[in-house]
Amino acid sequence: MAEKVMVKGNEAMGEAAIRAGCRLYFGYPITPQSELTEYMARRLPEVEGTFLQSESEVAAVNMIYGAASTGTRVMTSTSSPGFSLMQEGISYIAGAELPSVFINVVRGGPGLGDIQPAQSDYFQGTKGGGHGDYRLIVLAPKSVQEAVDLVQLAFDLADKYRNPVLVLADGMLGQMMEPVEFPEFRDLKTLPDHSSWAMQGCEGREPHKITSFDIDPVNLEKMNLGYQKKYREIEAKEVRYDTEMIEDAEYLLVGYGTMARILGTVVKLARKEGLKVGLFRPITLWPFPYRELESFAKGKKVLLTVEMSMGQMIEDVKLAVNGKIDVNFYGRTGGVVPTPEEVLRELKKIIERSE
Amino acid sequence: MAAKAIFKKPQSLSKKEFTYCPGCHHGIVHRLIAEVIDEFGIQGKTLMVAPVGCSVFAYTFFDVDGTVAAHGRAPAVATGMKRAMPDRVVFTYQGDGDLAAIGTAEIIHAANRGEKITTIFINNAIYGMTGGQMAPTTLLGMKTTTSPYGREIEREGYPIHVSEVLKELSGVAYLERVAVSSPAEVRKAKQAIKKAFTAQLKGLGFSLVEVLSTCPTNWGLSPVESINWLNENMKKEYPLGVFVDKVGELK
Ligand SMILES: Cc1ncc(C[n+]2csc(CCOP(=O)(O)OP(=O)(O)O)c2C)c(N)n1
Ligand code: SF4
Repeated sequence: MAEKVMVKGNEAMGEAAIRAGCRLYFGYPITPQSELTEYMARRLPEVEGTFLQSESEVAAVNMIYGAASTGTRVMTSTSSPGFSLMQEGISYIAGAELPSVFINVVRGGPGLGDIQPAQSDYFQGTKGGGHGDYRLIVLAPKSVQEAVDLVQLAFDLADKYRNPVLVLADGMLGQMMEPVEFPEFRDLKTLPDHSSWAMQGCEGREPHKITSFDIDPVNLEKMNLGYQKKYREIEAKEVRYDTEMIEDAEYLLVGYGTMARILGTVVKLARKEGLKVGLFRPITLWPFPYRELESFAKGKKVLLTVEMSMGQMIEDVKLAVNGKIDVNFYGRTGGVVPTPEEVLRELKKIIERSE
Repeated sequence: MAAKAIFKKPQSLSKKEFTYCPGCHHGIVHRLIAEVIDEFGIQGKTLMVAPVGCSVFAYTFFDVDGTVAAHGRAPAVATGMKRAMPDRVVFTYQGDGDLAAIGTAEIIHAANRGEKITTIFINNAIYGMTGGQMAPTTLLGMKTTTSPYGREIEREGYPIHVSEVLKELSGVAYLERVAVSSPAEVRKAKQAIKKAFTAQLKGLGFSLVEVLSTCPTNWGLSPVESINWLNENMKKEYPLGVFVDKVGELK
């Protein structure tokens, strides 16, 4: 078994990408993820990879488009304002069905916001910040180890479905150090072969054309229906979630990423006081575990969604339970991270009110 | 008697019919690029990036691997391709709206990095596809649908000289402004395109050929009048010539 090493979240995600076979990185510095950009600058040349600091996030995402269209594993990382600038390109990449990995280490917004951890880019990641009917696969790690694992998974899912995959982290995860175990380096020769569609030069075959474009609405509708078919397949096969102490729970907390980790502490604190609290944590934010949450929510006395935002995932939680149970909300915004005690206090208030 | 072909479609052009208006120069320039690709024997390793504009379909007109970039972003897309596959030949084809307005940052930085790609830049002083709006290259006094009273310095600033701006950047290996308004100019333009591709093949850096072009449809002129207008007006504002040449004599 590989040894555990102490690594900062941002750097761990970079190393995970390289071990997954990513040899190309395009990006633009922004706090709180710049260590990831810097790590790739240092590390990629050591593995005969290419790092390029782009002139903007707009350029970075389009460089991703170009590299991905050759069938090469490629990624970028950014934080909220940078992710906003990438939306144009992400819509094109989704439309052109190009495998690529994005890491958004979310900070407080809107606008320039601050550089503290937040979860207020949930809508942008899961509902599409760019134009058109498209979806990203969105993965939300809660620890540095899980970030490493999910970055690896992100590349595989991107290749499997020819779709952009977003790892939605936050400033806390990017900045914290934890012991992690890295997977082995992927043998580049075993990476999926994209030569059937990728732009690699048309020697000996018909030219490949890659585009998100068709001027004829009937054809464009066909393309869209094709994407939708793929999205339905992803929804059927790729839902991931986790639970803690949920079997006997009377009260259910719902949260993702760093917030879910804090909620894990809330569960423990509450249990000590004899409150039967459990936790449901979506790992894939899209596809969202609607059915799973619905079944776990059944019969619970209280459901509380907690986010480091003013409430974005809560809309999916509400869709999941479809009015069958009240969904309560607690959140802090602007980069303020709620403490376990503060959440427990809120939970107790809600329990009192409901009884 | 057996017929002898003395003129035929370049192999690197596809069977698709051009969608350009009569008298538009996009088609001539396409042909020249295809001839150059054929002559270098690089069809099988060329990747092209079409822009947003009338030439958005260019990726289907060439029989090479091709894609369409978002408006203005072709140099970034081409950068990603070239960095992923350094031994392939990558070129972008861009209009003046695409390259000199929305895509100014991308072209300047690709050029300045000395990105080993080639850009064919079509300057027709107007936005063609969207119906004749003002471009950054629109001449002073020129009427367009969004400069209906004629372009004025006070209001819209000066026409931008892309080649003159780019020539200052050290990453540029070849840069020439040409026209295709006469057979002699067509031959010169082809030579320029050849040199631009040579710069890339030799790994010398970024190369660009600016082609002064007509848009009879949006200029509201006949094809012949358009050529006259280009000769009389555009060439004054945008003088033809070589700006950067690190390639030297072609064999
Ligand atoms: C982001 C974005 N903004 C605007 C447009 C609309 N648009 C399409 S083509 C074009 C202008 C193209 O002009 P030019 O590059 O000069 O090419 P031409 O059509 O003249 O060949 C514009 C503004 C777009 N497609 N995308
Ligand atoms: S609108 Fe102008 S640029 Fe476009 S195809 Fe017609 S003539 Fe050419």
